Amino acid sequence: MAKIDKNFLDIGYTDHLSRQLTPIHQLDPRAKLVTTLVFITTVVSFGKYEISALVPFFIYPVVLAAMGNLPPAYLLKKILLVSPFALLIGIFNPLIDRDILINLGDIRIAGGWVSFTSILIRFILTVGAALVLIAVTGFNAVCMALQKLGVPKVFVVQLMFLHRYMFVLVEEASRMVRARSLRSLGNGGAGIKTYGPLVGHLLLRTMDRAQRIHLAMCCRGFDGQIRIMKPLKIRPIEIGFIFGWSALFIFMRFFNIPLLMGNTITEFLR
Amino acid sequence: MSHHIIEAQDLHYSYPDGTHVIKGVSFRITHGESVAIVGANGAGKSTLLLHLNGYLRPTQGTLRIGDYPLTKRNLKSVRRTVGMVFQEPDDQLFMPTVFDDVAFGPLNLGLPLTEVEERVINALETVGMPHLRDKPPYKLSGGEKRSAAIAAVLSMSPDILVMDEPTSDLDPRARRRLIELLKTFEHTKIIATHDLDMAVDICERTIVIYEGRITADGSTLELLQDETLLERSGLEKPLGMQSCPVCESNEKKVIKDGLHSTGRRR
Amino acid sequence: MHMADALISPAVGGAMWAASAGLIGYCSKKVKQDLDDRKIPLMGVVGAFIFAAQMINFTIPGTGSSGHLGGGMILAILLGPYAAFLTMASVLTVQALFFADGGLLALGCNIFNLGFFPCFVAYPLIYKKAVGRNPGEARLFTGAIISAVVGLQLGAFSVVLQTVLSGISELPFVTFVLLMQPIHLAIGIVEGLATTAVVIFVGRARPEIITAAAESAHIGRVSIKKVIVGLLAATILTGGALSWFASSYPDGLEWAMSKTSGSDELASSQKGLHTSLAHIQEKTAFLPDYGFKAEEIETTTEIRKSWPAVDAGTTVSGLVGGTVTLLLAGLIGYTLKRRKQKLKTQPVDASDV
Repeated sequence: MAKIDKNFLDIGYTDHLSRQLTPIHQLDPRAKLVTTLVFITTVVSFGKYEISALVPFFIYPVVLAAMGNLPPAYLLKKILLVSPFALLIGIFNPLIDRDILINLGDIRIAGGWVSFTSILIRFILTVGAALVLIAVTGFNAVCMALQKLGVPKVFVVQLMFLHRYMFVLVEEASRMVRARSLRSLGNGGAGIKTYGPLVGHLLLRTMDRAQRIHLAMCCRGFDGQIRIMKPLKIRPIEIGFIFGWSALFIFMRFFNIPLLMGNTITEFLR
Repeated sequence: MSHHIIEAQDLHYSYPDGTHVIKGVSFRITHGESVAIVGANGAGKSTLLLHLNGYLRPTQGTLRIGDYPLTKRNLKSVRRTVGMVFQEPDDQLFMPTVFDDVAFGPLNLGLPLTEVEERVINALETVGMPHLRDKPPYKLSGGEKRSAAIAAVLSMSPDILVMDEPTSDLDPRARRRLIELLKTFEHTKIIATHDLDMAVDICERTIVIYEGRITADGSTLELLQDETLLERSGLEKPLGMQSCPVCESNEKKVIKDGLHSTGRRR
Repeated sequence: MHMADALISPAVGGAMWAASAGLIGYCSKKVKQDLDDRKIPLMGVVGAFIFAAQMINFTIPGTGSSGHLGGGMILAILLGPYAAFLTMASVLTVQALFFADGGLLALGCNIFNLGFFPCFVAYPLIYKKAVGRNPGEARLFTGAIISAVVGLQLGAFSVVLQTVLSGISELPFVTFVLLMQPIHLAIGIVEGLATTAVVIFVGRARPEIITAAAESAHIGRVSIKKVIVGLLAATILTGGALSWFASSYPDGLEWAMSKTSGSDELASSQKGLHTSLAHIQEKTAFLPDYGFKAEEIETTTEIRKSWPAVDAGTTVSGLVGGTVTLLLAGLIGYTLKRRKQKLKTQPVDASDV
């Protein structure tokens, strides 16, 4: 329970981070969204045994996080906390793919371990990029960007409602759970018999609330259309941001920079 | 200015499940009046308020807002005239930031963007929170939420302000600040409340409702001293009008003519 | 069972994005046609409810573990399939952005797996048929459990397909199916129980909510055929186009080929004597090959040679280079941060606590 409370404090913190005023924060959200998507697509487009060529891609989340004034420890912690589905599935690779892929002197490394490491790196890169995106952009700005990029308004508007009332309802839910655990004294009380009414009540209250919100909207002239005043502007700097990064990603996709550098260094040492 | 009147004649309302909540209510409120609607829980105050902006339609009787009876056709202009502040500010502040929320109404009115911005800034200044314009509502304190909700209504420049329990959930200082703010408004005000002390402070007139009927309608000061009336309507004399047990035992002084002098009235 | 970016290929991710985007567009249109503007706040707030409800657990007797509400099924029961799909999609979007559950590219997969199956398969074909217009509690119970189980089974199967098609995980299809389906049978039953418990409570307290949802025939009826045909078309088109693109970059595919064609040859291939210059030449030389002359036999050998991390030489180079790059990236970040702190730019929004 406490963990979940904390999780939501975390969202609040992400929201807080997203309201800074660094140059990265001030970029049009569309530029950041599009660039991040290009980034993720490029990262996952590598073959499954790729490791070294993926490394330079850390530059994107690192630079954004640094310029966006995001605390690295916080990001790392969040990446570690993330649902581990990818790792659960990935860990089967070393068990199944036992063909030796790398001979490093006497050390032989199976293909499975290589691909597992690759999954790990992809995981950190993609999750990191998504977290950085939201922390330097803010949820509502992402919503605005989605809308401007052609996502249906109905969807965008209820994304915003979801985000707004998430905080309210989670607080309500945690109060209820607290009340339940205070009175169930360790045994019973948390079974399905109490669960139904507990969650059911929350749901009924939620639906009543939705009705009151609708009422409040009607009182202020709601006619089925949500209008938001938020001028988004693509300036040359946004164009530069998108194309600059994308060009770098594509370059890094085709040229294995670490390998080239490593070669140069080992050549030199020889 | 005659268009600020609100007139109810023999208003009845039953919920779809058959519960008869409003059982024949008539009143007339004219321009510039401040009226408290008081009554116990379940007396029908909130239901009555929901009629004032046309959200609920009376099952019987008529309601006039301005010069016309309320119909589906003039709903939009009625809602522009009657600004409604709900009991739970979280229900009313549904937009991502305070600014967006206050701008919601003016944008729906179809005003030009510059005027929208102007109105939002004015409204926020009136309630004293221009610095909080970019905050998300969930980060506001209870008092700030209430002020933001009021600003969201003010930005539509309504003639009539209708409020449901504006002082509930507020700490004493926030409550006091709100009362002072409301006193500065020149709008026609209709306030449903349990906070009888606030009613004394703001409203010269009070309508007492009990089980869907009006049991009294008149000067706040007089009505709220009438203990039998209040008793009958499930209410109690406001604290400010009750004799103080401490002073009483010390000085045996019983205040008969109205207000205990705690310096609350100016 | 959120699908993750790290496990999918761009072709699969892109295809599922297209499918989900298509569905979102279609559902948005339907919800708009519905002309019930009460639905707009309702969907958002009920989405927030799903979030909150996922925090409330109940103990599963005899197992020591606990379960909670999943979402798709109860949303469909309360809101009808179109609004439910949109709501589920937004719940997953928020999860992807804030909890990085899954990821942005996998979002399409997740919306499809957790939204499409409960809303457009399990709900209309099972729940509605089982429960009918006058939901008794026994029928509600059966309907909710079976449809929740079926919805999740399909979703889990879809995860397997997406993973196997992407080819990042080594898990063979059959093993993966045998792993996923039973787990999700259990999850499905738990979700079904939770859904029923809540729906029955709501049905008792406010029967009109459940009946209204069941009766809203015109938003409840789904032309499954149309949806599926459209989806298939979208998926195949994007998937096909993307995999064509992907296959013109031979990495994954080539690797599999060379692996089957003879891995000893690979392992014994010369020590890493390629100079970096040669490498650059090779790279630049073979770059055009990708798109245009992939069929030439020479290219395969060339690719095999240039395939990174094969022999010790390249491995060492890769390790050295990788470490250096990582350090460089860190250094860049650090310097940027230091410079910022020195400049002491704008403080974190002064009004924030």
